[in-house]
Amino acid sequence: MLSKESFREISPADFFYRNRDIAGFSNPSRAVYSTIREILENSLDACEIGGFPPDILIKLETLEYTPSGTQILKITAIDNGTGVPHKYVPQAFGQVFFGSKYVLRQSRGTFGLGGKMAYLYGQITTHTPLHVITGYHGKVHEYLLRIDIQRNQPIILKESFVKRSKWHGVLLEFNLEGNYRLASAKILEYLKETAMVTPYANITFIDPDGRLIRFYRVTREMPTPPRETLPHPHGVDVEGLRRLISTSNAKDMKTFLTTSFHRIGPATANSFLSWASKIMKKHNLKKLNPKKLTHEELVMLARCLHSYDGFLLPDASCLSPIGPQLLKKGIQKELKPEFVEAIARKPSAYSGHPFIVEAAIAYGGNIPPGIKLYRFANRIPLLYDESSDVSWKVVFQLINWKYYKIDPNNDPVAVAIHIASTKIPYKTVGKEFIADRPEIEREILNAVRELTRKLSRFIAKREKIKYQSKRFNVFKKYLPVMVKYAALTVNRPIPDISKLLKRSPINDEET
Amino acid sequence: MKKHSAPEIKKETLYLIESFAIEILKQIEKGQFPTIELPARTTGNIVYDQRLRQYVLGNKVIRRRASNVKHLRPLTQLTWVAYIASMLIKEGKSSTLRDVFYMASGSDVPFSSQDESDRIITELESILKHPREHFNIYPEERSAIFGDLDIEYTVKGYEGRVINLTMFPDGVVIGPALASSNFIQTSADKVIVIEKSAMFTRFIEEEAWRKFNAILIHTMGQAPRSTRVLIRRLNQELNLPVYLFADADPWGLHICQVIISGSANAAHIPELATPDAKWAGVYASDITKYDLPSEKLSEVDLKRLKELLRDPRYQSEPWKSEISYFFEVKKKAEQEAFSKYGLSFIVDEYLKARLEELESL
Repeated sequence: MLSKESFREISPADFFYRNRDIAGFSNPSRAVYSTIREILENSLDACEIGGFPPDILIKLETLEYTPSGTQILKITAIDNGTGVPHKYVPQAFGQVFFGSKYVLRQSRGTFGLGGKMAYLYGQITTHTPLHVITGYHGKVHEYLLRIDIQRNQPIILKESFVKRSKWHGVLLEFNLEGNYRLASAKILEYLKETAMVTPYANITFIDPDGRLIRFYRVTREMPTPPRETLPHPHGVDVEGLRRLISTSNAKDMKTFLTTSFHRIGPATANSFLSWASKIMKKHNLKKLNPKKLTHEELVMLARCLHSYDGFLLPDASCLSPIGPQLLKKGIQKELKPEFVEAIARKPSAYSGHPFIVEAAIAYGGNIPPGIKLYRFANRIPLLYDESSDVSWKVVFQLINWKYYKIDPNNDPVAVAIHIASTKIPYKTVGKEFIADRPEIEREILNAVRELTRKLSRFIAKREKIKYQSKRFNVFKKYLPVMVKYAALTVNRPIPDISKLLKRSPINDEET
Repeated sequence: MKKHSAPEIKKETLYLIESFAIEILKQIEKGQFPTIELPARTTGNIVYDQRLRQYVLGNKVIRRRASNVKHLRPLTQLTWVAYIASMLIKEGKSSTLRDVFYMASGSDVPFSSQDESDRIITELESILKHPREHFNIYPEERSAIFGDLDIEYTVKGYEGRVINLTMFPDGVVIGPALASSNFIQTSADKVIVIEKSAMFTRFIEEEAWRKFNAILIHTMGQAPRSTRVLIRRLNQELNLPVYLFADADPWGLHICQVIISGSANAAHIPELATPDAKWAGVYASDITKYDLPSEKLSEVDLKRLKELLRDPRYQSEPWKSEISYFFEVKKKAEQEAFSKYGLSFIVDEYLKARLEELESL
C-alpha cells in the first residue's frame, strides 16, 4: 500500500511562510517586536551606507481589535537613507533573498530576510498590500506591492512617479496582526539599547496609544562605513570555492588565488601552492586551470586553504565598529553614569571571518544595582536568551568581580559588549545569542578585564574621597566632644582644637 | 586599718580619673592627637599569676589614638564615661550599668547598645585598675552580710552614722552604701561565706555567727564584685580568716574559687580576690562521709569538672583530690542535704568539725 510521494519545490518565501518561528515571528507579540526591529535595522543600514546621520520615525496605530485579543496594527516607517533604485523596488521589497547584503561587508542583517519577513507576515495576517514610497537620486516613486508567496515573486499593484525631489529615503506602510501590549517593554528596551550604540541617530517612535518616544542624537559623527572585501581563505567552504572558481576569469591557480581571495598576494600564493602540491600530490598546481580541478581535488584544495597557517589574518577594513568614543557617548546619553569607559580590541578572526570586540563599562547614574549586561552584534541589541550568550559567560562566569572590589549584586554596573563581524556566529536564525567561539570569548574576556580594572581604580579613588570626607566628619563630630568631657572632668577651660581639626584628614595613622 | 578605707579608695579612684583627663588635655594643648594606652584584655594577655594566686593581665597594651578614625568614637565614649565616673564620686551618687547606658542616650555621646557602654566601663576599670564599684557603678544583684561588725557610712546623708550589722535579723544588703563604709570594730574572728540565702538565714537562726564568732555573708550564687571586694577588705583590713561554703557540685566549687583567685573576666582589676580564703565545703567526700542525699552528676556537670581539672587554679589540694572524688562517686549534693539530720546539724556538727579541721592545718 505505497502511496505516491509528491515531490515539489517550494519557494524561499513559501519556506519562511511555513517556518516563521525561526525568523522571530512565532506569536503576535514577538511579531510586533521583530517587525519594528527589522524595519529599524534596515533603515539604519540604509542611512549609514549613504553617510547620512539617521532620522527615523516609526509609528504604530491600532486599526481594530480581533476577537482573539490581538490588534490589527498599521505601521508607518520613514527614514532618510539612500533610498532604493526604482528598478529594484519590487524585488527589494517583494522577493525573499533578494538584496544588497550578500556581499562580505558588515551590516545589521545578513539574510536579506528580516524586512521581507515582516511584510510577508503582515500580508498573511491582514491580507493587505505593502505601500512603499522611495526617494532616490532626485526622483520619488510610489508602489503598492504584494508578495506571491508560492512563486517568491513581487506582484506590482501600483507603480507611479510622484515628483522630483532632493528627498532620499524610504517610507513604508503596511498592516499586521499583533499584540503591542505584551511587546511594549521589549520594544522600548530595544529602542533604548539601539540608541545607546547609535548616538548619531534621531529615533522617534509613536506607540498605538499616541505616546511619543524620542531618542536624540548627541553627535553627527558616524562610524566609517565598511568596505566590501574578498573572502578569506580560512573562511571558504567547498561550495564557496566552487562558486568562486566558476565566476573567476583566471586561467591558472596563482592568478585565481590572488584575485579571488583576501590576503593572498603573489608570494603567499606561491608558498601556499608549493605546500599544497605536496599534500595533494599534484605537480605544477600553480599553472593548473582551476576549472579543471576534479571533485576530489576541489575538496582537498578547500581543506588546504583551511589548514594552511601562512595566510595573514583578515584585515578589518570590511568591519565598521562603533568606536570607543561613540560608544561612550551613547552610554552617557542613555544611562547618565558617573563613570564610563570604552575600548576597542584589535581586529581578530575566527575561521577566516574578521571580527572586532568593543566593550564599555559604566557605573552609577541611572544604572540599577547589580550588573546589567548589554549585548550588541553589528550594532543590533540582543535582548533574548541572554544566558546562552558568550558575553554572559564572560561577565557572569569568567570574571571574578570580587577580585576587582566590585560587588556584582549591589554595585550599579553596566557592561556593554559589541561584536562587529562579517559573520556573527549566531546560534539560531532568530539572531539573539552568540556562540562561544574561543577566539571571540578570549577577546571579550580581555576587553572586560581591562575595563573592570579601570572601573576598579575609579571606585577605589571615589571610595578614598568618600572615606576622607567621612573621616573628617567623624573628627568634627567626636574630637570636640572628647575634649569637652576631658575638660569638664577636671574643671578646666575647653582647649582650642580648630588647628587639630584642620590637620585631621592628612594625619592618617591607621593601626 | 585606714589605709584601704572606702573614702581613701574613692579619692584614689577620682585622682586616677582626673589624671586620665589631664593626660588627654595635655596632649591636645601640645597640638597632638591624644593617645592613651590600656591593658589588652585579649585572652592571650590573661595569665594566671602563681605568686598572687589570681588571674592578672599580662604586659600587652593597646593604644587608642584620636588620630585614628576608628578609635575616635570609643575614645570619646571613654572620656565621657570617665567624666560620669568623676561626677558620681564627687556627688556621692551611685548608679548601675543600665543607668549609665540611659544617661548616655540623653547626652551627645552615642552608644549603640548597653553592651557597648558596658565594654567602655570595663575599659575604664582596666585603665584605673579599680573595679567600677569604686566609681559608684554597682551591679543590680545584691548579696547580704550579718554579724557583729560596726560600720560607719560614708555615703551622702549618712556620713558618720554607725550601725552594728546584727541589727537586722535578715542581714544587711551589700549595696553601694555598705560597700563604701568604713569598718570600725568587730568581735568576730572569722568570716563565713555561704552560697545561698536560705542557708544564710538558717545560719542566723541557728546563731552560727555567735557559736563560731563569725561574720556571715551570702553571695547569691557567683559573688558580685562589690561583695568580693568586701570579703577581701574583711580579710586584709581586719585580718579575719575567710571560710567559703557552697554546694558540692562544680558550680559551687567555682563560686568559692572565684572569691579566692579571681576570674578571667575581671583579670584587669587587682584587689578583687582573697587568696587566703579557704574552701570549707561541701566536699565531694562529704557526700559519702555524711551519707548525704545526692543526685547524679549530669553531662554538663561532668564536662565542667573536666574543664576545672585543666584549670591552673585547681591544681592544689583539696581541690584536686575532691574533683577526682567527684569522678569516682559521680554524685552531687546541696548544702540543704544536711537537713536530713535535723535543721541544726549543719551548724552544730558539720561546720564545727570542718572549721576545727581547717584551723588545725
